[in-house]
Formats: sequence, C-alpha cells, structure tokens
Amino acid sequence: MSGFPILSLLTFIPLIGMIVVLLLKKGQEKEVKYVSLIATGLQVILAIILIANFDFTKGGIFDPNTFQFLENYKWIEIFGGSWIGTIKINYIVGADGISAPMILLTAIISFIATLSSWTINKSVKGYFALFLLLDTAMMGVFVSLNFFLFYVFWELMLLPMYFLIGIWGGPRKEYAAIKFFIYTLVGSVFMLLVMIGLYFSATQTLPDGSHAFTFNFFALMNQSNYNTTGILSPLNPHNLRFIAYIFLFIGFAIKIPMFPFHTWLPDAHVEAPTPISVILAGVLLKMGTYGILRISYPIFPQITRELIWYIALFGMINMIYGAFVALAQKDFKKLIAYSSVSHMGYVLLGMASLTTIGINGAIFQMFNHGTITAMLFLIVGVVYDRAHTRGIYEFGGLANQMPVYTGFVTVAFFAAIGLPSLSGFVSEALVFLGAFSVEAIRTVTIISTLAILLGAAYMLWTLQRIFFGELNEKWKSLPDLNGREYAMFIPLMLIIIFLGIYPSPMIHLMNTSVTSLVNFISANSVNLTMSGF
Amino acid sequence: MFDQTIVTLSISSLLLPVFGFALIVLFNKRFPQIYKLGIGILLFGLASAITIMVIKFTQYLHNDIIFRFTWIDFGNIPGIGKTQIVLGVKIDNIATIMLFVVNLISSLVHIYSLEYMKGDSRFNRYYAYLGIFTFSMIGIVIADNLLMMYIFWELVGLSSYLLIGFWYEKKSASDAGKKAFLTNRVGDIGMLIGILILYTNYHTFTFDQIFHEISLGHIPFGSSGWLTATGILVFLGAVGKSAQFPLHVWLPDAMEGPTPVSALIHSATMVAAGVYLSLRIFPILTADAMLFIAVIGGFTSFLAASIALTQNDIKRVLAYSTVSQLGYMVMSVGVGAYTFAFFHLVTHAFFKSNLFLGSGSVIHAMHHEQDIRNMGGLRKKMPVTYTTFVISSLALSGIPLFSGFLSKDGILAGSLAFAHLTGHWLLPTFGFLVAMMTAFYMFRLIIIAFHGKPRNQEKYDHAHETPLVMTIPLIVLATLSLFFWFSPNPVSPESGWFLSKWVHTPQQVIPNESRYHFMINDNTVEQENAENSAPVMNSEEYEHAMHWAHIPTLTMSITLAGLGVLLAFLLYQWRVFDPDKWAEKLKPLYLFSLNKWYVDEFYAATFIGGTIGLSKLLSLFDKYVVDGIVNGTAFVTRGLSNISGVFDKYVVDGAVNGTAFLSGLLGLGFRKLQTGKIQTYIVLVVFSILILLLLI
Repeated sequence: MSGFPILSLLTFIPLIGMIVVLLLKKGQEKEVKYVSLIATGLQVILAIILIANFDFTKGGIFDPNTFQFLENYKWIEIFGGSWIGTIKINYIVGADGISAPMILLTAIISFIATLSSWTINKSVKGYFALFLLLDTAMMGVFVSLNFFLFYVFWELMLLPMYFLIGIWGGPRKEYAAIKFFIYTLVGSVFMLLVMIGLYFSATQTLPDGSHAFTFNFFALMNQSNYNTTGILSPLNPHNLRFIAYIFLFIGFAIKIPMFPFHTWLPDAHVEAPTPISVILAGVLLKMGTYGILRISYPIFPQITRELIWYIALFGMINMIYGAFVALAQKDFKKLIAYSSVSHMGYVLLGMASLTTIGINGAIFQMFNHGTITAMLFLIVGVVYDRAHTRGIYEFGGLANQMPVYTGFVTVAFFAAIGLPSLSGFVSEALVFLGAFSVEAIRTVTIISTLAILLGAAYMLWTLQRIFFGELNEKWKSLPDLNGREYAMFIPLMLIIIFLGIYPSPMIHLMNTSVTSLVNFISANSVNLTMSGF
Repeated sequence: MFDQTIVTLSISSLLLPVFGFALIVLFNKRFPQIYKLGIGILLFGLASAITIMVIKFTQYLHNDIIFRFTWIDFGNIPGIGKTQIVLGVKIDNIATIMLFVVNLISSLVHIYSLEYMKGDSRFNRYYAYLGIFTFSMIGIVIADNLLMMYIFWELVGLSSYLLIGFWYEKKSASDAGKKAFLTNRVGDIGMLIGILILYTNYHTFTFDQIFHEISLGHIPFGSSGWLTATGILVFLGAVGKSAQFPLHVWLPDAMEGPTPVSALIHSATMVAAGVYLSLRIFPILTADAMLFIAVIGGFTSFLAASIALTQNDIKRVLAYSTVSQLGYMVMSVGVGAYTFAFFHLVTHAFFKSNLFLGSGSVIHAMHHEQDIRNMGGLRKKMPVTYTTFVISSLALSGIPLFSGFLSKDGILAGSLAFAHLTGHWLLPTFGFLVAMMTAFYMFRLIIIAFHGKPRNQEKYDHAHETPLVMTIPLIVLATLSLFFWFSPNPVSPESGWFLSKWVHTPQQVIPNESRYHFMINDNTVEQENAENSAPVMNSEEYEHAMHWAHIPTLTMSITLAGLGVLLAFLLYQWRVFDPDKWAEKLKPLYLFSLNKWYVDEFYAATFIGGTIGLSKLLSLFDKYVVDGIVNGTAFVTRGLSNISGVFDKYVVDGAVNGTAFLSGLLGLGFRKLQTGKIQTYIVLVVFSILILLLLI
C-alpha cells in the first residue's frame, strides 16, 4: 500500500464528483445523482481497502512513524514578516486506530445519505454539489494531522452544511441554518485562537536543522518542542494552557453537542432534510469528540487528567438531561435529536475514564451512534415522506400497515436502547466498565446508569405511540418500504447486528492506538489523586 | 470424551432457536407453514436436553463441563495486564436440570399453542418469538459468567416484551409490555452496577474466577460492606426478573400476553431466572445480603398471596400466586436453603405452567372469558382440564403426595431453621401464613370456576373440552406434579435422587466473618467432590437445625394447607359462611387486597408522574432558559451590530469615503440585516469574529 495516496483519494473523490456534477448540464438530474452515488460508493470501497490493509499493531497518536497511509507534502510556504518568520505548512494526512473507524463511518454514512437524497428534487445539481463538498470536508477532518489543515476542513464543512439546511430545509430552515452556522462558528473562533497560540509556542526541527513554528500535531504533542516564551508553552510559567484547553474544549463541545451548548442541534435536525440529518447525526457530531481525542488529549495531557471529573460530569448531564428532554418531545425527529444528545454523553463519559476499555468504548460508541442514529433519522424520514408530519401523537397502529418498516424500526430502537446482541450495548457496556474502574468518576458513572432506564422509556413509549394500537384511518394508504429504502436500512442493520455479536474486529482496529493514547497521557501527566464530589 | 457432546448439544440447542427466529421472521409470508420449523427445533432441543441429562448424571455427576472463548481482547493494558472479555458456558447439575425444564415446557407450549393460537394473524411470528425466548432463556441457564448472563437477561426481557405485547392493537397489552421491560430495567441497573464492581475488582466476569479471587480473601475494594452491596446489587436484577417487591408490579400485567406465554415465560422459566441468578451468586452472599434477600422474598410471598385471595381474573390469581411462590424461592436462597430453592423452582415450573395451560384451556373453551365469576360448573364439561388443574393445585397448595409438598416443606423448614439459628421469626411466620393462603385461594378458584352451577349459561353451553394437542401437555405436566419423580418417600425430599445426588449447596467463598456462623464449613467432614465441581457446604450446625425443623414444619404445613382448603370449601362450596358478607365485614382489608395494596397507584403518582413531570420541566427549561440564553445573545448581538451599523454608515462611512470597498460591503450587509439573505449573515459573522478577536 505504500505510496498509494489512499487518504487523499478518500478525501478528494467527492470533490472530483462535485466538479463533475457542476459540469453536467441542467436537467441531467439522474446523472447528477449517479455521479454522487459512484463517488460515495468509491469512497466506501476505498475505506474498506484501507481497513483491510490496516496494520493493527501500529499505535499512531503521537508518533508519525506508526501512522499509516501517511502523506506529507509541502503545501504553504510564505514569508510572514520578521517576527513570524517563514510560515511552513505541510499537507499531512494519516490514519490510526482513532481515525480509521471514523473514516469508515464517514464513507458508509455518506453513501447511505446519497441514497436517502434520491428524493431531493429541488435544484438537484446544487444540492449534490454541496453534499459532495461536505463529504470531502468531513473526510478531511478525520485524516488531517496538521492543525491548520484540520481547521481548513473544519471550516469547509460549515458552508455546505449551512446551505443544505438553509435551502433544502423545513419551514424554519433559515433560523435553524443561521443558528447552526453562528454557533459552530463561535466554536471555530475559540479553536482558531488556540491554534494560533499553539503555533507560536512550539517549534519543529526541520531536516535542514533550522527551527520553525509548526501546526503539526506530532510536534505540538512533544513537550520538548515548546519554547519558553509562547503563551501556550508549558515551559512558560505564565502560560495560558488551561484557558486554551477550555476554549478548545468549548469549540469541540459545541459540535458534540455538549450541554449547555446543544440547543442548535434539535433545531438543525428538525429543519434539515433527512439525508442531512443523517450526516449531521452520523458524522458531524463525532467531530467534537474526535477533536478532543485527537487534539485536546495528547496536546494537553496534564490538564486533561485534572479535568476528567468535569468531563465525566458533563457526560452524565448529557446522558440524563438529554434523555429527560427526549421523553417530553412530541415531534419524532426532535425526540431522536435529543436522544443523540443523550447518547453522545456516553462518549464523553468513556473518554473521561482515560482507560483503555473506556476510550475504546467511547470511540466504539461514536461509531455505533453514527450507524444507529443514522438509521433512526432515516426512519423518521420514511414516515415523514409518506405522512408529511412527525407528530408522535398523530400516529398509532403503523405496525400492521407497514410491517417491514416496523421490523427495522424495532431493531434500530432496541439498538438505541442498548439491547445486547446489537452494537450499542457493547460500546455502552465498555464505557461503563471503563468509567466505573476510575475511582474519581465512579459516583458520576453510577448516576449515569440511570440513562439506560430513561433511554428505554422514551424509545419504547415512542414505539408504542407510533406503531401499536389501532391504525388511524388517515394512514390507511401508507405504503411499506420500497427497494431504495431497503438498500439504506439493510447495510446499517447488518453492521449493527454484526458488531453487536462480534465486536472484536472493531476493538482490534482501535485498541493499539487507544492503548498508546492512554499510555501517552499517563506518561505525560502527573497522576493526581482526584476525589469527585 | 462425552464432554464435547454436551458442549455441542447445549450450544446447538442454544443457537438453533435463534436461527429459527430469523428464518421465520424473514420468510413467514412466503412460507405460511414455517412455524413448523420452530416446533422441530424445540423438539431437537428437548432431545438434546435429555441426552445431556443422561450423559451428565451418568458420566460427570461431580464434574462441570466448561467451554470458554475470548469475545473481546484488549491485549496488554499497562497496570492491569492481559485484559480480555471471556464468555463461556458451564453445564453443571442445576444447569442440566434447567435445560431439561426449559426445553420440556417450551416444547409443550409450542404444541399447545398450535390450537390455542390457531387463526391468529401473526401465528408464525408467535412461533418466532417463542424461539427467541427459548434461545435467551437457555443462554441464561448455561452462562458461566455474569456478562453473558446479563446479555441473555436483557434478551429474555426483549422476548417477554414482544410476547406480552403480542396483541399490540390493545393498548393494555402494549402498556403491559412496556411496563415489564422498564420495571425490569430498574432492577437491571442494580445488577449492572454489581457486575461493574466485580469486574473492576477482578477483571473477569466468570463466576468461578470471581469466586476463586474472593476465596483468596480479595473482597471488592477491600471492604466487607462493598461485598454485601455487590451481592444485593446483583440480586436487584433478580428482584426485577423474578417480580419481587418492590418491582413485582409488572408480572400481573404481563398476563395481557397469550396464555401459553404466561405458562412458559411468566410462571415457569423466565421469572425463575431471578432465583437462578441468586443461586449462581450464592457463594458470595454475605450474612447481611442473605438476610436482605430473605426478607424481600418472605415479604413478597406474603404480599402477593394476600392479593391473590380476592382477585377474580383467573390469570391474575395465578400471576399473584407465581409472585408469591417466587418469593418463597427467593426467601429460600436467603435463609440458606439453596437446594430447596432450586427444587421448588423445578416443581413449581411444572405445576404452575400446568395451571396456566389449564386456565388457557378454560379461557379457550369459554371464548376468552377470564373472569371466574362468569364461570362455574366447568368440571363436567372439561374433565381432563379439571383433573389436571386440581392435581397441580394440590401440588401448589403443598398437599402430601404431590411434588409441591416436598419442595415447599423444605423451604418452610429452611426458614424455621434459619429463625431458630438467627432469631428472625418473621420469615417462617410469613412462610406458614402464605402456605395457608395459597391453599385457600387455589381452592377458591377451583370451586368458583369448576364447581357449582354455571353462572353464564350461554358461555357454558358453548364450552367443551379442548382437543388433544392442548390436553396432552396438561396431562404430561400434571403427571410431573406427583411426588415420585422427585423422591420415593412422599414426605421426605432428602431421600430422593434430586437432593441426595444432583443438587448440593455450594460452599460459600466469602471470608468467615462475613458469613452466618452456620454457613461456615465443618472441618471434620471430608470433601468427597471431584475438582471440577464447586465444593459442597458442610455445616453440621445447619444440618442439625434443619433436622430440628423437619417435624414441626411437616405437621404445621399439612395442618395449615388443610385449613386453607377447608376454609375455601366452607366459604364457596358449602356456603357455611357467605363470602360476600365477610368481604363487607372486612371491607378495608378486602379493598386493600383487591386493589393490590395500591402499589400501582403509588408508583403512578410518584415515580412515573415524577419522571414525566421532570421531563416536561426540563424540556421547558431547555426551550426557554438554555435556548433562551442563546437566542437572547443573538438578539443582543444583532442589536449591537445594528447600532454599529448605523454608526458605521453615518460616521465611519461618512468620514472615510475612500475605503469604498469595505464600507460598501458592510453597508449592504447591515441594511438587509433581517432579510434572511445569507451574505448578510456571513458578513455579520465575519464582523463579529473581528470584534471578538479584538476583544480577546
């Protein structure tokens, strides 16, 4: 595999697809859709090739030598004035056990979302062009190993997302779109500040022996690269690393979304068209937690360790608060949106444990939440397409009218509830196992287990209200699933069942990197005995 | 060499039903006869179970067959070492017996349902669900570790949910399914935390390894309090599944499911899983944990029996009776009468599933009439159902010559011995009271439903004995309710093979200071067991107490059961006393019992109402406070930028005419601020960032 730029291809194939889409003539809507399908399909194939060639023994994280499929090219080199020096930014991408599951997830979800976009008939060309651009940006975030590149892709996501909600969305689309846009942009600003601060605090030794400021993740993780004057340098006694950590964390927390920064999510979901909700829940929410694992944790190991109780606490709040609010929702889509808030709390809790099992569980939960929630939003989409309403109380008795659909719904709901034999259980169990083993966050973990009860409550209640009971006369003509919808549901369901029964391949994929991340943090931070509560 | 056979057979009888489930669900439209696959698989399962039983008890009586595999491997974790999640199966004697019980009753229910569920629009699906139930129940039975137990624990929860809500068009049915699942989840949280404690301390889920660690003196977090808590927390799972107070409320509602399902899941097998779990963790139960378990069990048995006295729905009487009997078993675990808890689990499985199938036969004959006040006189119309029903009732009431007498007597003797040793006399008091109440409510039921004159002539006229597919299972199960299957001596269970050879109380592994003194082994008695099997408890003190309790228990239990039956006859058959008048006289008590101690109402008002209320409150908080702050910030920002826009337009713009590009852009942006145009917002946002950057 060496030399084959698989990650760049994964990232830019959708962009090529976008260019092709833009070159197509008006009226060639079918062709536009097929171009997208081929682009995202190729992405899935490449992602599978990547996993197949993945070396499970290599850790990655802080060590460029154990990153796989690494590509490192000179990209930007400009003279920035006497006090900045030459700005040298490399295009550097690579994969390790933390990004590989996310790459796979992005490819799968984009493909499924393309299928789900088949029903879009308003300015198809524009839609798919933006959709493919979004796909490139998402993939880019997960493969970047350079803060600048990461930031570029991160920002690149915003624009297509904004338009996709703002133009193809529901009645309050403009409000939702601008809310999403501004909210995430505020997060980006925080991130930008930290990025610039880090840039001026660390230098990298170049092959020719000279030193230069760097955006390179590896360089920023290495304590010996920091100078004594940079505001984010640990060697500077007056450093602002703590504030920087909080800023960065908020930037990522908005994306997760973590309480209290979550209110953009229900609005965005409710207004977004189904495929965009699928992307949003399936991939975008993962970027927050991914960013924390990729950037915050290894660059600020000491502060991370000091703050685990708070991270766990916010995880707990997300889990319980999200579940409570979900329980009160009357809009099917909003309910699923809040269930996302709840399920992302598991990720935070698992991450906070700083244990191999807990972080494995957290990343696994990111992947599982991606597939399960994507399925849930597709489910909402199916019923909304047919009935043009999402009011939970307006339905009832759909089980007899749409039995196949109900079958898929039952699987997805129970996966969300965390039923063993479906993937959600494994990741939730690992999160609890990891978090419980850490004394500092044990109490928080115990309270968090309440979420498994509340999760079952809102899911089963929804199942009952929509599918059981007598059928409403209004819905006597709703058809069951069509072939395209089968094609969306079946792969997701198979993944959910497969990983529920046989999670080993996924754990195998992540484990080495997770272990080296955990080791790296403990090696680079003093073990403080924290007492919660 | 036969151990491979046992492993293969047990795993195939585990997995085949779930394949059956998948095939039936996928192809039930294409092949209307596919339910036969489910029946075939179950018959194979029954044959396997019998084979396993023969091999196990002839070749491996003192050896457990264990098969383990690594499910998840985390490799070497620094500070912990090699970390793996290992799953496995363990066929010991109680698992062998349970395999037989589950497969037998499941097979009989499969056959019985052919008639009972005939014509149902989801007939195939019903068999699919029975398959997934059998799969998950067998999983619980053969699990050799807590994680696998928990996994299948949740899966039986799923199958129970699906089958209770099988007729989901009825709101009461889907409500009941949901209630069952959620109530169970409450207990499961406790179980989960208990498992987390054990895993955190021992890095394994396997029972034997946990026991081994504890026997070496490594107790959780080094504290005996945590050890007690662990036992109680894991037991909470059993409180949910075995419908013990305070989580008993779901089981009576579960009667919304088809009656054969009640017979299989909600009386004989799944609800007994809680007892089975308690038996599995018996070696680590401390004295405090045992007392807790005994009190929960004893109180539940009393609570449920007192409710069963007044119920009029035939299935509800049986449901409360089930809760009550499960309470017995749980109490039995708590008082250290391990063997009798399991013994009663088995005998109860046969006679209670028979009672449910019998009630199903009546309900089927009466066209879905469940209220006993509309029955009467059915004895003549349905002789087979009647006879088998009476036999099982006698077993349940603890009348000699029937299986229930043997097992129940052991439990009562156990509670009496326990009281003798520890001074907790409330437990045997509950136990003996319940014995009398049980005999009373069962014969009340029989007399009202089967004796006397028909109260609903029309329904009576249509009633008829059910066909052979339904009566044969009744006859099989009634036969199994007789004493000789279990012991040659109708009043002494100990002489039977069941207790003398197959089932022994395992030795506890916890430190001596955490145990009851009578649970500490005598060193004088030699261990005769093979290595593979758990060491057996040998406590002379306990043996003495049991021996002491034997005769008083025997006389008292026979007397009380006889009194119960007599009272039922006096009230309902011979009408020496008028039951209605007595109900009027004892009205507060009567209503308290009829309304199930108002527990459901209390939960609805507190926990359920509280949860819903809190969820609404938090939802409003989310909408108006959290989101309000966001929108408020946006509003203020917009206002500020409007002002700065005006400032910009008239002051800056007027002054610096030269910077045409910038001002033009800004002017365009701010003038159209509320038009919803995207450029406007982008400019606004860019500007805000600049301000932010300058401020920070």
